[in-house]
Amino acid sequence: MRGRPWALLLLAAVLAAAAAAADIPEADRRSGYELMSPELRAMQDDELSNPGMFSVLDGERLWQEPGGAAGTACAGCHGDAEESMRGVAARYPAFDAALGRPIDLAGRISQCRTERQEAEPLPRESEALLALSAFVAHQSRGLPIDPPDDPRLQPFRARGAELYQTPIGQLDLACASCHDDNWGRRLGGSTIPQAHPTGYPLYRLEWQALGSLQRRLRNCMIGVRATPFDFGAPELIELELHLMARAAGMAMETPAIRP
Amino acid sequence: MKVLGLGAAMIGLAVIPASVQEAPVPFRIVGDAIPASLTGSPGDPARGAVLIGERHKSLCVLCHAGPWPDPHLQGTLGPDLSGVGARLDAGQIRLRIVDPKHLDPATIMPAYYRLPEPGRNVAEAFAGRTILSAAEIEDLVAHLASLKD
Ligand code: HEC
Ligand code: HEC
Repeated sequence: MRGRPWALLLLAAVLAAAAAAADIPEADRRSGYELMSPELRAMQDDELSNPGMFSVLDGERLWQEPGGAAGTACAGCHGDAEESMRGVAARYPAFDAALGRPIDLAGRISQCRTERQEAEPLPRESEALLALSAFVAHQSRGLPIDPPDDPRLQPFRARGAELYQTPIGQLDLACASCHDDNWGRRLGGSTIPQAHPTGYPLYRLEWQALGSLQRRLRNCMIGVRATPFDFGAPELIELELHLMARAAGMAMETPAIRP
Repeated sequence: MKVLGLGAAMIGLAVIPASVQEAPVPFRIVGDAIPASLTGSPGDPARGAVLIGERHKSLCVLCHAGPWPDPHLQGTLGPDLSGVGARLDAGQIRLRIVDPKHLDPATIMPAYYRLPEPGRNVAEAFAGRTILSAAEIEDLVAHLASLKD
């Protein structure tokens, strides 16, 4: 009997180390922000030069605007976003009991709009939905990402982790092939970031527009010649759950700038 | 279609369907090389030099630097291919393009002449095709084998 528990503990430690081997150690985690040029960082930091702030302002207007058959504004239910929305985006995706699955921030905003305001749904990637998402997420700027430890999220998060590790597309690459194993190297002219979802929705110079995390993930999938998951697909929300868990504790940046 | 790219470097990967439709021809691996040409004849190094630069088709320069134009747009995911023809012979280069996973199953370099395993969710435009054709690979081999320094 004696010695056995030690052997088991050792085994557990070795297994844990093996499981974490490919992950980026906490001390080495870097937001995409830290891999950008000083000029782009300055552009992100300065609210007057950050083009994402236009959408945040748009979102603020939409927040105040009564709409739908119910004739209520977001502000009508939630009041001052600076208080009521502080930290919210840092905790999403969250479990939606009625749906029986996780919902992302844009999904929740859409849901409020159709069910509470009784208004037309806002399509994914529409300017209005991006603006509202950016406005709400901006209320978490600087706060640490804080994924809920709701056990109902766990199986979805685990599936996201598995998707992240699975090679896809004609190029047969996993998210992890680039973002865990090769971050900091260059793919053509672009530095490969660690894929932290800290800044979304964000303004991408290449898009010349604000875009969502889902748009980014679909781009990466298309790049490896895979069929991208549809906007709003459960898989994209599972991936987001995993990315948020990987980035736990990192500061929210919305609206970030990326090249 | 610009918005569909993976980033400046990979814009357009998805919009140019692979030119390859033929099923891969059989080939024989000897040691760490495929000694015989896939087409039975030598490739054209000039065509290979052009193909290397076609970043949305061959993709080579997304990962590799080498003696080609626009070094700032060349990637650093793989080794610099300058002088590769002095390090490796044509047969060794051929296997490293056809199926680098034969030498290292964990490599990130795609196998250019092997169909993906099932379940890879390959986009329709590329499904059932190898990334490059046998003739294109022979052109690349001829070009790379000529890079002696
Ligand atoms: C072949 C390499 C490659 C693969 C595979 C890949 N990506 Fe990316 N990814 C990139 C590059 C390069 C960028 C940055 C583009 C730029 O800034 O120009 C990026 C950006 C991102 C970002 C944005 C990070 C930020 O700072 O805003 C996220 C998130 C991301 N990828 C997630 C993923 C996920 C999830 C997968 C798998 C479904 C994946 N990527 C697959 C190369 C890749
Ligand atoms: C997604 C990244 C990627 C792409 C695309 C890519 N390679 Fe590679 N290549 C690598 C890596 C990484 C290695 C190192 C070998 C390993 O990982 O086992 C390599 C190795 C090689 C080698 C062996 C070099 C040596 O010195 O041993 C050759 C030759 C080569 N690649 C040619 C090509 C050609 C030609 C193309 C395009 C048709 C290409 N590669 C596309 C990543 C890539």
